Amino acid sequence: MTPHVVNVLLSGVFHASILFLVAAGLQVVFGVQKIFNLACGSFYALGAYVGVSAVGWYAGAGGPPALFIVPLALAGLAVGAVGVVVERGLLSFVYDRDETFQLLLTFAVVLMMEDAIRLTWGTAPRSTAGLYLAYGQVRLLGATVPVYNLVVIGASLAIALAIGWLLTRTAFGRIMRATADNREMAEALGVDMRRVSAKVFTLGAALGTLGGALVIPATAAMSEMGIELIVEAFAVVVIGGLGSIRGAFVGALVVGVLRSVAISVYPELEMLLIYLIVIVVLVLRPRGLFGGAAT
Amino acid sequence: MKRGLVVTVATAAVAAAPFVASTYHVLLMLPFMAYGVILLGLNLLFGYTGLVSFGHALFVAIGAYTGAFLTTHGKVRSLEVILVAAASFGTLVAVPVAALCVRYVKIYFGMLTLAFGMVFYTFVLKFYRLTGGDEGTPFLRPSLLGQSLDAMPKVDYLAGPYYYYSLAVLGLAALCMWRIVHSPFGLCLKTIRDNPAKAETLGIGVTRYRFYAFVISAIYAAVGGALLGPPTGNVDPTLAYWTHSGNLVFMTLLGGFASFFGPVVGAFVFIYLQNWVMSIVPYWRLIFGAMLAVIVIFAPEGLMGLVTRRGPAPTSRA
Repeated sequence: MTPHVVNVLLSGVFHASILFLVAAGLQVVFGVQKIFNLACGSFYALGAYVGVSAVGWYAGAGGPPALFIVPLALAGLAVGAVGVVVERGLLSFVYDRDETFQLLLTFAVVLMMEDAIRLTWGTAPRSTAGLYLAYGQVRLLGATVPVYNLVVIGASLAIALAIGWLLTRTAFGRIMRATADNREMAEALGVDMRRVSAKVFTLGAALGTLGGALVIPATAAMSEMGIELIVEAFAVVVIGGLGSIRGAFVGALVVGVLRSVAISVYPELEMLLIYLIVIVVLVLRPRGLFGGAAT
Repeated sequence: MKRGLVVTVATAAVAAAPFVASTYHVLLMLPFMAYGVILLGLNLLFGYTGLVSFGHALFVAIGAYTGAFLTTHGKVRSLEVILVAAASFGTLVAVPVAALCVRYVKIYFGMLTLAFGMVFYTFVLKFYRLTGGDEGTPFLRPSLLGQSLDAMPKVDYLAGPYYYYSLAVLGLAALCMWRIVHSPFGLCLKTIRDNPAKAETLGIGVTRYRFYAFVISAIYAAVGGALLGPPTGNVDPTLAYWTHSGNLVFMTLLGGFASFFGPVVGAFVFIYLQNWVMSIVPYWRLIFGAMLAVIVIFAPEGLMGLVTRRGPAPTSRA
């Protein structure tokens, strides 16, 4: 493989690992609550801005640059608490309503969050100057790769495993899966739906905010980043299958790598290619590669 | 008929507006009338058939770009020709898209429409040699009823002939839609919305009726989209973006999807309120998002629902 190919593939995988986090957040919420959360892109944007601020504060306080990822990730996770506010404050009122209203309520969050970010951080792009290469670069198969990218890819893989462990090996995971399968039955067996909904939605939000925080050293935070990412995350979950974590993993790899390849080969194709794949998947196999039955 | 009286008074007020209201407010009526046409069509799908499209901006953009192309590249300036072309091209695109989308309902329908909308968005954004990319394509001033009005000052043209032309199109669109929803076809759509299984048992071709509703609403969107062009003189890819589709659903919900004129009211309130809010603070999304949340939670039948709820007799969902 030539260095150029390695570079293209690795930047695709880096993008995929961020996409996976956001898409996984979308999937746990859809799987358990049957809500397609348009606001997961907004959580991602929020995580990015909070990440920039946290790292700025950390650098200002004189923290060693090598450890900047610690406050970054912690801030990203902590701001996921916004999920419980959105769930308790808005969504919990419309659980007995048609899913159209739930979808529109998450769209309301998209609108509010976009301007809330502009109001708080201004309209100019924000970035974590210089920290991207704090870990230096390595040569890999002839290509030069920032170590930070590899750290994020590793972290994303670890989180994927952790979600798998949570779902299959813990009591809460069993409750989540039971609720996803049959909400009424789970409730009849004594599951407190209010708590499960709050926890699941917060988990989904935290995955999004963490994704946003982790991406930020490699790029700049912009107020539109949320509404742009949600359509990519949407492509990921459609390709992988709604509600499936494994689907999110495969879908993220497909979208991330294809996009990266398309940009280097024929830039005009970029997202066009992704959406065409989405349509083909929806038409031929609407439940996606790993999804349950389509309704 | 109370409703007949309200509609007559409202139409008279809109017709009189250029004589009494300030030019600024008169010009704001132009997008309102274009969106009125678009939303009448969208509500055939949303309110009457029960399908929520998150990609309807696709057809709005198709209508707008058809007009822009014809005026800048095609040397066609007649608005009648442009509207017919927008409707035809809208139909051409809607037929295959509808055929694929109506196989699904609920979230899958929404996602498929969103994906088609984003395909068109990325297409116009990336193939800039053809479409002008994010700068968009100019929409030259169209002639009305065969009369070239290029010599007129722009404001006089928009607040005069073009204003009444738009009003006539909106009136005609509303009349046609009224006939459609009160025809046996419209009643079948409502049956499908309320109980698809029962509709199928009654011998209604559910998928076929959804398909027709989709295509009709796409034609309305394309015609309304073409009307959006002349006031700004330019069309750009954001017309096809998914948030624009979301805003279309927002406007419909704001006015009230369960009422025939609800979407038109929604378009009017949305456009005026947005302009008013933006004249005070730039953060209209924050306020409108909060407003949408309040509507979804407390008043899902929208403004018309609030008005009619206090009426003496409960009106039908139509």
